[in-house]
Amino acid sequence: MIHRNKLVLGDKDLKDITEDICAPIEAYPSKGWLGLLTGALSIFIFYVIILGIVIDKGMGLLGVNHPNAWGTMIVTFVFWIGIGHAGTLISAILFLFRQKWRTSVARTAEAMTVFAVMTAGLFPLLHTGRPWLDYWLFPYPNQRGPLWVNFRSPLLWDVFAVSTYATVSMVFWYIGLVPDFATIKDRAKNKIRRAVYGALSLGWRGTAKNWSHYEMLYLLLAGLSTPLVLSVHTIVSFDFAVAGLPGWHTTIFPPYFVAGAVFSGFAMVVTLMSLVRIGIPEFKNYITLDHMEVMNKIIMTTGLMVGYAYGSEFFIAWYSGNPYEKYVFFVSRAFGPYAWAYWTMITCNVLIPQVFWFKKARRSIPIMFVVSIFVNIGMWFERFVITITSLSRDFLPANWGNYPWTFYDGAILFGSFGMFLTFFLLYLRFFPAISIAEIKPVLPVGRESKGVH
Amino acid sequence: MAKHGLGGIAGIWLDEHAVVKAAAKTRESGFVKFDAISPYPVHGMEEACGIRRSWIPYVTFVAGAAGLLSALWLTWWTSAVNWPINVGGKPFFSLPAFIPIIFELTILFAALCSVGALFYAAKIPRVDPPNIDPDLTSHKFAIFIPQNDIGYDEAKIERLFKDMGATEVKKLAEY
Repeated sequence: MIHRNKLVLGDKDLKDITEDICAPIEAYPSKGWLGLLTGALSIFIFYVIILGIVIDKGMGLLGVNHPNAWGTMIVTFVFWIGIGHAGTLISAILFLFRQKWRTSVARTAEAMTVFAVMTAGLFPLLHTGRPWLDYWLFPYPNQRGPLWVNFRSPLLWDVFAVSTYATVSMVFWYIGLVPDFATIKDRAKNKIRRAVYGALSLGWRGTAKNWSHYEMLYLLLAGLSTPLVLSVHTIVSFDFAVAGLPGWHTTIFPPYFVAGAVFSGFAMVVTLMSLVRIGIPEFKNYITLDHMEVMNKIIMTTGLMVGYAYGSEFFIAWYSGNPYEKYVFFVSRAFGPYAWAYWTMITCNVLIPQVFWFKKARRSIPIMFVVSIFVNIGMWFERFVITITSLSRDFLPANWGNYPWTFYDGAILFGSFGMFLTFFLLYLRFFPAISIAEIKPVLPVGRESKGVH
Repeated sequence: MAKHGLGGIAGIWLDEHAVVKAAAKTRESGFVKFDAISPYPVHGMEEACGIRRSWIPYVTFVAGAAGLLSALWLTWWTSAVNWPINVGGKPFFSLPAFIPIIFELTILFAALCSVGALFYAAKIPRVDPPNIDPDLTSHKFAIFIPQNDIGYDEAKIERLFKDMGATEVKKLAEY
């Protein structure tokens, strides 16, 4: 028989689990956490100021102009939306596949999804240039006709896809948190904590009838989120693929984008989990090296898929016989002014993750941390390469022009990490970072059977 | 504080397997209104308590169908009826282009209504819910029999719970 490793190390009992997971919420914040929060919050405040200036002065502060009508905002939007996909993959798809290891990382991965989608959601709203008119994106009865939105446009599909995704993943995350909030409320020694977590727990009691409905709802939400998450990046890819531009107008885009999203998302999960394991050492018993190894395998697999897509694009460009397609790939992308970005992408996404063929690399925290950072960088460059190389040199050379990267482009990219990390650090301190109610039923996995079943 | 519910008697266990057996035994003894409280969904508890399969999937299906039809109606009515605009010579009712919208609204309706159904089924949100023992959300398990259940007899139930290995038996004025 195949031996299964324990999902939870250290011979914990039910009470230990509750105490371990509640400890970071109930203890006074550590200096390390306060230091990180101060750093993240400073970047976040800087970001808010930069966004304020961009809203005030206009989009001209960024490098977006003819012919590069899409720039940092769209590139970074796709980057953050993609990050979010791993959270839903872990929480929903692996749940449907009955992958029990997912339980200890699911909560934090879902939190990452929610914060990544929040970070991403701002970009298209600001990219419109006049964010105070963003309610025009939704179909509502108005006095201009009524003039309705164009339902044939992929950009409008994106409005629906991203807002549905944000809503459903937030609800899914919150429903998972409800029983854990009840646990924290019941343990609370001071009145304010009791009242706050009591309100968040919605008066959850955990009767057998409630659990029966709850488990059914969880299964249903997982079943609904699975096609949803695939649809979201498919529709994001339609933003590009439906346009007639060489390098964008290809049928491989939906699966290519979804694989890339999962790839970058898992890299971010590994980055964050490595840090969580350092910050809260007790969690090493829950987020074990086995968990990290499995995620590294997924990173390598999806990295190969992405590499296959890169190759396939070249093949189809050649096979199509279309001179513009051929130009974009064989001249502009690989050897043109953005060749440095292209080869950064290839190095980070295809070459570096190959170290995970070796078990030692898959199980080494420093190695996986460094690789995951490279993948994050590479996946940002992938979106940059797709967006900018196609826009900057499309059909007529008279229309060509490189993207004039400005200070504000860099500041927005940098600042968005401040926003994400601020939310994430607050989450680690105020929310149970591992699902208390979900980890308990998987406790017996890999332990000696006591002959009860 | 207003009275939440009926009084009754509760037994508390420390072991998941013991409480499932106790729930089955309670059911065999003829009680029908009892409930089991646990910190996490216990495997086999639904069978032991005789709980039927949740009805939430029906809500999901109906809500999903409603979302699909509403989106179909919205896209058709706005694009082909109320203010038809010729976009690149495409048909006013361009169904393939509307499928992403229809799909997303189907999921949105189904998900939100299912959550609403859980709120209704579990009677949440609820302010100040009754609490038998604060450890029931951490590492203890309980079975509660309300005083209006068939054959309710405190002494008998206490003996039953103790026989089944309950570590504690509590009489509650209301739950």
